[in-house]
Amino acid sequence: MITLSVNGKQHQFDDDGDMPLLWALRDILKYTGTKYGCGKGLCGACTVHLDGQPIRSCVTPVSAVGQQNITTVEGLSAQGEHVVQQAWQRLNVPQCGYCQSGQIMSAVALLARNAQPSDQDIEQAMSGNICRCGTYQRIKAAIHHAADLATEIKGS
Amino acid sequence: MKYIENVSRRGFLKKLGISSSALVLGVQLPSMLTIPKALAAVTNTGQFAPNVYVQIGSDNIVSIVVHRSEMGQGIRTSIPMIVADELGADWQQIKVVQGLGDKKYGSQNTDGSRSVRRFYQPLREAGAAARMMLQQAAAQQWQVDVSETYAKNNTIVHKNTGQTIAFSALVARASQLAVPETASLVLKAKKDFNFIGKSNVALVDGKNIATGATTYGFDVELDNMQYAVIARPPVLGATVKSYNAQAAKAITGVIDVVQMPDLVEPAVFKPLGGVAVIAKNTWAAMQGRAALAIEWTDSVHSGYNSASYKIALAESCDKPAKIIRRKGDVGKALAEAKQVITSAYYVPELIHVPMEPPAAAAHFHDGVFDIWACTQTPQSAQATVAQITGVAPEQVNINVTLLGGGFGRKSKPDFIVEAALLSKQLQVPIRVMWSREDEIQNGYYHAVSYQKLVAGIDENNQVSAWQHHAAEPPIASTFSQGADLIGSEADLGLIDMPYDIANVSCGIGKAPAHTRIGWMRSVTNINHAFALCSFVDELANARGMDSKDNLIAMLGADRKIDLSQQQAQYGNYGESLAQFPIDTARMKAVIEKVATMANWQRKRAKGHGLGIAMHRSFVSYVACVVEVVEDSAGKIKVTDVWIAVDCGLAVNPERIRSQMEGAAIFGLSLAFYSELSAKDGAIEQSNFDNYQIARYADTPTTHVEIIDSDAPPGGVGEPGVPPIAPAITNAIFNATGKRYRELPLKQYGIV
Repeated sequence: MITLSVNGKQHQFDDDGDMPLLWALRDILKYTGTKYGCGKGLCGACTVHLDGQPIRSCVTPVSAVGQQNITTVEGLSAQGEHVVQQAWQRLNVPQCGYCQSGQIMSAVALLARNAQPSDQDIEQAMSGNICRCGTYQRIKAAIHHAADLATEIKGS
Repeated sequence: MKYIENVSRRGFLKKLGISSSALVLGVQLPSMLTIPKALAAVTNTGQFAPNVYVQIGSDNIVSIVVHRSEMGQGIRTSIPMIVADELGADWQQIKVVQGLGDKKYGSQNTDGSRSVRRFYQPLREAGAAARMMLQQAAAQQWQVDVSETYAKNNTIVHKNTGQTIAFSALVARASQLAVPETASLVLKAKKDFNFIGKSNVALVDGKNIATGATTYGFDVELDNMQYAVIARPPVLGATVKSYNAQAAKAITGVIDVVQMPDLVEPAVFKPLGGVAVIAKNTWAAMQGRAALAIEWTDSVHSGYNSASYKIALAESCDKPAKIIRRKGDVGKALAEAKQVITSAYYVPELIHVPMEPPAAAAHFHDGVFDIWACTQTPQSAQATVAQITGVAPEQVNINVTLLGGGFGRKSKPDFIVEAALLSKQLQVPIRVMWSREDEIQNGYYHAVSYQKLVAGIDENNQVSAWQHHAAEPPIASTFSQGADLIGSEADLGLIDMPYDIANVSCGIGKAPAHTRIGWMRSVTNINHAFALCSFVDELANARGMDSKDNLIAMLGADRKIDLSQQQAQYGNYGESLAQFPIDTARMKAVIEKVATMANWQRKRAKGHGLGIAMHRSFVSYVACVVEVVEDSAGKIKVTDVWIAVDCGLAVNPERIRSQMEGAAIFGLSLAFYSELSAKDGAIEQSNFDNYQIARYADTPTTHVEIIDSDAPPGGVGEPGVPPIAPAITNAIFNATGKRYRELPLKQYGIV
């Protein structure tokens, strides 16, 4: 039996410890905001945080999670009030939207360690996230907006 | 990370440079699974439902049925904008309802860039009819003339007194009225639009996407549902020789192993066959599949190899089986030409790679199928499931989830039939999921193509002859075994070559198919525009002309082209030429517009180059300019893309811009990276490491302008794609003097 902490909530996991965290989250614990895109850590659609660090849940076995806190897109703010979620909505970033939870999780992690990322910082941090619809330009803009918002919050 | 509550709304919006009047839909959408069938139907009693798209309840909420599939084009926002505008609805009091697959809505086949094009008028009429009935009901109640009333924010207003009455209070009376004849409907004038043509409407699904609350095909959960993956033949038409069911069943969590019926070509939308593994969760199913150790038979397609096939296509171009457009005498003109230019272009087989691979959940119970799927075409899914399972179509309910990208892949319901077959056989709800490898290796492919173009330039430096031969396996082969000549694909940028040349010949060569050929975003316009727009640029160079000036000059006089005069049968995307002509004036306008946007005449820094391309497709006009820069290592980067689009009346400009931005990336992906190859009949690529698409570092800044037009709305989802690749190679030529005629460019080591 493994205890998984997802978005602050404890879950008992009693299945194959080799199961990638992605499928444990989606199929067993029903956090379907985290998406499957490639199964090989190539596209970033499955990005979640372990203790704040972005990881590809499709290539991370449940057994490797240990006591670390898992954060999924549902854990940012159910009402979409996180600055990154707000910026995404304000700029109408998504097209199909499928990759966006992974994009958002990568962006949140980037802003946590770099409050004012440059375009180049964004390209580097987000390089593992693919969007077939091609929303990269808007995501870049939304990350800058989120950074500005967070700064504004700090200052207010 | 801090949260937004601390920020004043005004400060927040100011920071983003967005007007505080942005329209955000106030009503939460129920997630897909909580939309019961009853909600999608519009015949509930106690509600005003003048047509299949609109219903108004006693809560004053206007429910608008979106009968087309949302796959990123924004249709779940655009359709409500159209209906709500004519109705006089309050955007905060709208509920968007996804329509089930049902003929009553008209076509739900969400491809061909035609959701707005085909339904702009019917949806406006639906809104207007409802509004006029509510006005009439209010006029009766007030005992005034209907002309003294108008609709605003879910109320009817009496002009003279300012008195208002809510739609909901008029439901009973309005329901008694006859639906007005179409001819008597009074539609709003453009100047009075509240939503149509406005850029401040927030995405209907924006909040749910940002919070992970949406339901895609992969996300459908049903009680007692089991998870299935299928090992499909690596070669089209191969069948299962042997497999180890016991090894699969030995995996913890595996419930069952089921051999699927073999495919008998033509493939149509039938499942491909193979072996399904059903399990308690996806991981167990995938593990079970890996343990199957299947041996496959050979198939008639086992000899398909891309390298030799390319040579065969090139030879086929030299002996066209059919001439499909003929004007003047190309042979004579070429013989008399002062200069003859010959070029060949190659675009490999491509695949959609929507971020969400195909997935469908089916529950067969009591003789009825309840199915949820990320489908572009619920009616076709319904018909195909019915046909293959022997269940009557009216017993097949197709619920459309959000689509994690479509691009044409999800127009083919083979994956939905798989789920239906398994649920019927096993008598439990089943969700079938395709892995990325499945999606790439068992797809409906964008056809590989070879094209040869020959042009003559006469002593006056005029282009006097144009010959375009193409060989590419046809979509028809998927529906009719052995078909080896393209049909309507020729209408997509081959026979509709718009340049004013006295002698023209377009021909097609035979190309037998060895994979399922499908359609992918903008279809054969991709190859044809790559060849056409590249070759025109080569002619500019041969004539010593500026690329843009050459385009304008070659288009000739402003005119509407009639291809029937040139022995060509042109489909015009199913539209009449009277309503949607091939208009060279509109072509010139987008070229001039984009040249201005990009400051085309400016001096270009060393290593920088600009390329231009214009293409009409899906009855819309797109011109683009691309700027590239070559670094000291000889690597090319696209820095900027300027796009001018004339898609007629712009219904949802914000989504038109986003589609153009996305098209730039889609076009860049296939220009730079994407390529499938077959070896012994099997596709060699398998995932995003070897089937590459553009990433952040490749992303140019894309600038979009929409031509103001009152012409009827044209397509938007696809027309942005075709001109991108040739504009890139034209820009590379401008920057480096090197002309690339085969895609993808990664083979040359320049990207």
